[in-house]
Amino acid sequence: MKQHKKGLVIWLLIVVVLLIAALMAGSPGRSETVQEAMRDAVLHDSGQVSLFGLKTVNPGMISAFVVTAVLLIAAALIRIFAIPRFKLQPGKLQLVLEELVGLFDGMAKGNSPHRNRFMGAYIFAAGAFIFVGTLFELLGLQAITIHGHPITLPAPLSDVNAAIAMGTLSYLVIASGGVAQHGPKGILKALKEFSLPISMSFRLFGALLSGLLVTELVYYYVNLSFVLPVIVGVLFTLLHALIQTYVLTMLVALYYGEVSEPPHKGEPKSPQSDNA
Amino acid sequence: MAWPLNIDPQQILLHWMNLAILTGGLYFLLFEPVKTFIAKREAHYRELDQQAADKLAQAEQLRLDCQAKLGQADEEIHQERVKAQQAAAQAAQKQLEQAGEQARHIVAKAKAEAEQSKERAIRESQKELRELAAKAAKKLAAKPGDDFYDQFLDLTERSGEHESR
Repeated sequence: MKQHKKGLVIWLLIVVVLLIAALMAGSPGRSETVQEAMRDAVLHDSGQVSLFGLKTVNPGMISAFVVTAVLLIAAALIRIFAIPRFKLQPGKLQLVLEELVGLFDGMAKGNSPHRNRFMGAYIFAAGAFIFVGTLFELLGLQAITIHGHPITLPAPLSDVNAAIAMGTLSYLVIASGGVAQHGPKGILKALKEFSLPISMSFRLFGALLSGLLVTELVYYYVNLSFVLPVIVGVLFTLLHALIQTYVLTMLVALYYGEVSEPPHKGEPKSPQSDNA
Repeated sequence: MAWPLNIDPQQILLHWMNLAILTGGLYFLLFEPVKTFIAKREAHYRELDQQAADKLAQAEQLRLDCQAKLGQADEEIHQERVKAQQAAAQAAQKQLEQAGEQARHIVAKAKAEAEQSKERAIRESQKELRELAAKAAKKLAAKPGDDFYDQFLDLTERSGEHESR
């Protein structure tokens, strides 16, 4: 008991010393105003990063590649070491993997009963990308901009290009379902929902960017940097990672199911309006 | 032409490529193998379920067969019992008839024997009578002074006493 008290006192002392040191050390001075920080977070016009010396890209591009690499390496390790050892009575890892695959496969089958093999694979990948990509910003990995400044790599989808890519690719996947089911006529079914790529793109972009802006804002003022980031940075990120993953995958599965529905004698069902 | 919001088609294409790689990679490395395993396990349990259902059906069929055989055996037992009862009844009847026949035979034999005894007795008595008559006649013939009629009566009385004894 005495030892516990002693440890607690030492820990509190360390925290207080570090706090005083942080406050006394001061800041080197802000290189940009809050407006500039916000603008840069949205447009990345001054925080661009070189992609292997080939091209300057937004930091979100690097984040996307890192997320993809992490996911593929993890998948390869699981494929090599875990999947061959799968048992009829699953262990913890096997249970998690089966639940994940079953979740997306079930979502694809439930919303698109006619053609769902590719749909399941796509929403699985998209869901993994959105979820892991959103949580990726919590890692705070650093990169160096072309101007030599360090920059924290943001969530991939907080980059408008990544959000547009995800939205448009999802739209193309939906259209491909129509074409696969109805031939060239099927594209008309997808074209009826012409606002879908824009809404999906900017929903993702808006959701991810808002999180980023709030975090930027919080970290911009040192007085807000205690306790609050735990809520803003971690809980909100976790929450909207889940929400955005669910929303995009569910929407894609729904629309894919509608456009790939085989023709029937009754009146054609109108696609659901986008309320999410 | 500068795109608004720093939109860059080249970066969008790069993101597409990235997403295509991710989709394909995750499909081949994770999604398909796990799905295949789940399907295999489902098939395994479905097979077990089918086997159990087959065994249950077999057991039910066996039960029905046994029940039918038991029913058949009951019927056979009943029939055998009826047959045995009939045979026993027939045997008893036959024995009764035989016994009756024997009894009749015995009675007839006894009657015949009695008849024979009676006849023999009559014959013997007649024979004795004749002998007595002859003896009496001889005695009468041997004693001329005696009344034949009285002698005959005496002789008859004596022979009657002899028979009653």
